[in-house]
Amino acid sequence: MAERSFAKEVEKLRLGDGDTFRGEGILAITKALLENGVGYVGGYQGAPISHLMDVFADAEELLGELGVRFEASASEATAAAMLAASVHYPIRGAVTFKSTVGTNVASDALANLASGGVTGGALIIVGEDYGEGSSIMQERSHPFAQKSQIWLLDPRPNLPSIVDAVGHGFALSEASNTPVMLEVRIRACHVHGHFDTKDNVPPPFTVRDALENPKRKTDRIVLPPASFLHEKEKVEQRLPAAIDYIQQHKLNEHFGPDQGDIGIIMQGGMYNNVMRALQRMGLADLYGDSKVPLYVMNVTYPLVPDEVVDFCADKKAVLMVEEGQPACLEEAVAALLFKHKINTDLAGKGVLPLAGELTGQVMLDGLRSFITSHAPHLATDQDRAPNEPQLLPQPELDDTVPARPPGFCTGCPERPIFAATKLVEEELGAHHISSDIGCHLFSIMPPFEIGGTTMGYGLGPASSSALNAKGARRSISFVGDGGFWHNGLTSSIGNASFNEHDGVTVIVDNYYSAATGGQDILSSRAENKSRNTNNPIGKAVKGMGVKWVREIDNTYDVGKMRETLKEALTTDETGPKVIVASSECMLNRQRRERPLKAKAIAEGQTISQPKFGVDEDICTGDHACMRLSGCPSLTVKKLDDPLRDDPVAHIDQSCVGCGNCGEVADAAVLCPSFYKAERIHNPGRAHKIWRMLSTNFMSWLQARRDRKSLRFEA
Amino acid sequence: MAQDQCIKLAILAVGGQGGGVLTNWIVDLAEQNGWVAQYTAVAGVAQRTGATIYYVEMAPQQEKRPIFSLAPSVGDVDILIAAELMEVGRAIQRGFVSPNRTCLIGSSHRLHAVSEKINPGDGRAKDQVIFDAAHKSAQKVLLHNYDRLAIQNGSYISASLFGALAASKALPFMPAQFEAILEQSGRAAARSIAAFNAALKAEPLAAPELSKQAAPAAKAKGPQKLMAKWDALQQRIAQLPNESQELARAGLKKCVEFQDVTYGDAYLTTVEQFAQRIPDDRPDILTELAKHLANAMAYDDLIRVSDLKTRRQRLSRIESEVQLQSADGLKLTEYFHPRAEEICGLMPPRLGRWFEDSPSRFAWLDRRVNKGRRIRSNGFWGFSTLYLLGGLKWWRKHTLRDQIERRHRKAWLEEIEENLADNPDLALELIKCRRLIKGYSDTHHRSLSKFARIFENLHLVSELPDAADWVRRWRDAALMDENGDALDGAIKTVEVTLRQKSSADVE
Repeated sequence: MAERSFAKEVEKLRLGDGDTFRGEGILAITKALLENGVGYVGGYQGAPISHLMDVFADAEELLGELGVRFEASASEATAAAMLAASVHYPIRGAVTFKSTVGTNVASDALANLASGGVTGGALIIVGEDYGEGSSIMQERSHPFAQKSQIWLLDPRPNLPSIVDAVGHGFALSEASNTPVMLEVRIRACHVHGHFDTKDNVPPPFTVRDALENPKRKTDRIVLPPASFLHEKEKVEQRLPAAIDYIQQHKLNEHFGPDQGDIGIIMQGGMYNNVMRALQRMGLADLYGDSKVPLYVMNVTYPLVPDEVVDFCADKKAVLMVEEGQPACLEEAVAALLFKHKINTDLAGKGVLPLAGELTGQVMLDGLRSFITSHAPHLATDQDRAPNEPQLLPQPELDDTVPARPPGFCTGCPERPIFAATKLVEEELGAHHISSDIGCHLFSIMPPFEIGGTTMGYGLGPASSSALNAKGARRSISFVGDGGFWHNGLTSSIGNASFNEHDGVTVIVDNYYSAATGGQDILSSRAENKSRNTNNPIGKAVKGMGVKWVREIDNTYDVGKMRETLKEALTTDETGPKVIVASSECMLNRQRRERPLKAKAIAEGQTISQPKFGVDEDICTGDHACMRLSGCPSLTVKKLDDPLRDDPVAHIDQSCVGCGNCGEVADAAVLCPSFYKAERIHNPGRAHKIWRMLSTNFMSWLQARRDRKSLRFEA
Repeated sequence: MAQDQCIKLAILAVGGQGGGVLTNWIVDLAEQNGWVAQYTAVAGVAQRTGATIYYVEMAPQQEKRPIFSLAPSVGDVDILIAAELMEVGRAIQRGFVSPNRTCLIGSSHRLHAVSEKINPGDGRAKDQVIFDAAHKSAQKVLLHNYDRLAIQNGSYISASLFGALAASKALPFMPAQFEAILEQSGRAAARSIAAFNAALKAEPLAAPELSKQAAPAAKAKGPQKLMAKWDALQQRIAQLPNESQELARAGLKKCVEFQDVTYGDAYLTTVEQFAQRIPDDRPDILTELAKHLANAMAYDDLIRVSDLKTRRQRLSRIESEVQLQSADGLKLTEYFHPRAEEICGLMPPRLGRWFEDSPSRFAWLDRRVNKGRRIRSNGFWGFSTLYLLGGLKWWRKHTLRDQIERRHRKAWLEEIEENLADNPDLALELIKCRRLIKGYSDTHHRSLSKFARIFENLHLVSELPDAADWVRRWRDAALMDENGDALDGAIKTVEVTLRQKSSADVE
């Protein structure tokens, strides 16, 4: 069950001829796949392409009607391997994942796929997570395309262009027997726009047809001598076929005047940003009418040499707008110009920064610099001497505005695990700690500041594998349930078991692949009607030969968490120590329980609704509790009391009553200010009587004390 | 130029604030009124409570489709909406607010960042800085607590910000057109519209709202005999310098609530003694003393905590906090974790020390008491227990804890007195050091040790002309982290400087 329901979006997938689709870029791609007769789809969730997976997961019925096979793959490698179905059979297949992390994982399968080539169109949709707001390392997918010879599409970031790219992607793949990668940047995935839809097309040849009529050709299998021939085939047949297709169908576009002193070449994905910069310089209007010739590469690999040469030949200078590094395109264009002896100045990196996202201001600065030096007649006075209001340095502001990195949600079950780890470290000293990918990586941020490295999904314990020495302080590794099933079971747990690693591994199990939107995985506790869930992690770990396994089914029990971790770090037992710490992701749990609870209350059932609070008179404002929590609902509040200098702890209305703060206050022996208040809706008769009696009892005692002492009223 | 027709609007929010809802409304508003619009948001960044940006561009509908940008540019934003005060600051920092064109709409409420919360003192960012920067940087500014306006109307901040956008007149649409969008929003429409209208009419704030920080006039009630004593104490307060009266009154109340009228008398007597010795031109010293002496005298022990937890006002405060209805039930659970230290503190000094002096005896006691105790404080047993503990005030002055506190207080006051005549500034800073002492158990020990470190090292600076400044710096450093690492650094700095100076003198 994903964090969001996509029931509405699924309806959009049914739109047909003459309808207009309105929505997110990534969902437009989803629809385009169906319009182009896709036979099977797979992938691994992750921003920015999670929604594609989630919508397909919710669209089981429609996919069934069309005869399309959908699979939520175990990893990107699994997804890429799935494309093997298009090797011998004329079935169109598409897989999707986040790049470059996913492409790294998938590259083994991608390389093999690209070697033998494909019969049916094979499309790899990569969500290019690059630049500001990216959650991964800053790398490009482009070199993957080059090294394996997979064609790379980088369409202009609007819905019609992206949708067109899907159709052409399949056709190009089939025309050149080569898999095609469709690169969509993160903002393009989330851009909301419109496109005119067409009817969905059931796949002409389905996976069922393939199973009933199996085929094999030895020359498509990657094994010498066929693999030597594949390399030749790549350059002698597939490349020319691809260039033919690209030219014939005009996949790359020209805008602006036919001729000019200067020109700009760009990746398709950069188009809107270039246009905005030209607009701001008065060289284009809002509707794309440019005074500068533009050559837009919607296909960034392979280049079409004739097009590039033609565009450059009559110009004094061209600017290559390419995001990220290495500058693959700029170097390729430079080589082309050199080989064709064309004496055109080529600007690129230098005018534009070597690295980093080409944001609005960066692009404007770059274009301005290019145009004032190569086409001064186009530059306005403003370009030569921009008279823009100066951004005044505001040092007080820089000192004031706090950083706001992402963190654990209110009530997150992972928070107590890291609070317990911090407490153990206070007792036993600092340990080497390896982190992994997933929500639990927020532990590296304040207030926890736990963890030294993150080497890849499911590789937390593997990244501790060198750090093992008999009798030394043990390493601690974290891995999430998502990472565990993605790769961790073999690469981390199996490896530790086989090599008799003494370290401690904590598997943070929140019942979902939570960081990517709450998708179900093998160990999810929910009943999923089309997937096999409820397979305990503990059993899998034991199956890998691990003997010391502890399963904690309530992570909020900070005391138990701490004791278990301590035991794991100090036991005499050899071999890996694995703690499976399980509690449901609070975001998903709230989404699941809230409507049920509201309904039950309305029906008159007895429901307890907990909330935590802090007695402000008892809190001394030291904030020790917050140094062990970081919960958004546990915050500070300035009292009106003139005797108090520092703000006190305060729990706001967003509290979900998870209990972490009370447990931490107890386990760390912090202070007695925390209390839990459970409001009981529709209490039973016994509770009502009990409450009446106890209230009377308390009032009687309170009145008794009031009679003997001074009392104050505000 | 056609580009003038393009309106660029950015929304800065904190993950979970519903920025997506607001963005959708704005796009609907544009599209239903003859404009084309596009929006982008990087959802991944909002995960989970981080700062995030939503970006909208719109232009009047024409034959050709406009080419919109996918992200805001520095100096190229017409309307900036920030759903939290520090996000207003972030927008300015990032260059999205320009004095020649940007209409800045911001909510003045705070969602404190982790870095503001984990400071042992007051780590909160200063609201005034943001207000100043906003008025310097934008063409038009609408700052208000839009979160409160939303909550008051049972809605969410997206609705009140939508109202603020209508109020700003920065978009070419009328309030009725805005309202029409909210009417389509389903079940919560009525509440959204209420919040929308509240924000539409709200007068923007010129400066941050300050907390009152004034002692509410305490009205005492009780037996006649005690009331007479209380009135007499009140009259004595009237004899103090005007400036210090308010704090003395609050301090007196705290001490009487902590113990009794006699204890309040002792407090006031000390304040009066100091009032005689403090120079007339330094009422600030007396005010600070009145404040910190009260905090020192009303220390946190098991008796105080239990007493506070059984008060009538407390129960009604909690009932309103959980919005308890009369038909509902209520269960209250307290999280206590007493240790041997606290139990020893309740014993007579000699007995308490007898335990504390022997590790084995102390460990024996600790094994018996040191564990987490969940107390059902609105049940018969739990309430009775706390009530009995809270009633031990008569015993308090015979306890080890009280002896420790008395001695500690005495040493502190003596140190202040010693410096009062020669260096009143230093005396003032020493009074303020009391702020460092807070927390329970280990946290309390750590804060006590920071306090002690300042007084132990006082001799390093007491002869220097800027002794007061040094103590202030030390105190600020001590409030920066839990263990006092910054404080140790600050003390080291003095030691090193002094050593260099003395060796230079020798040469």
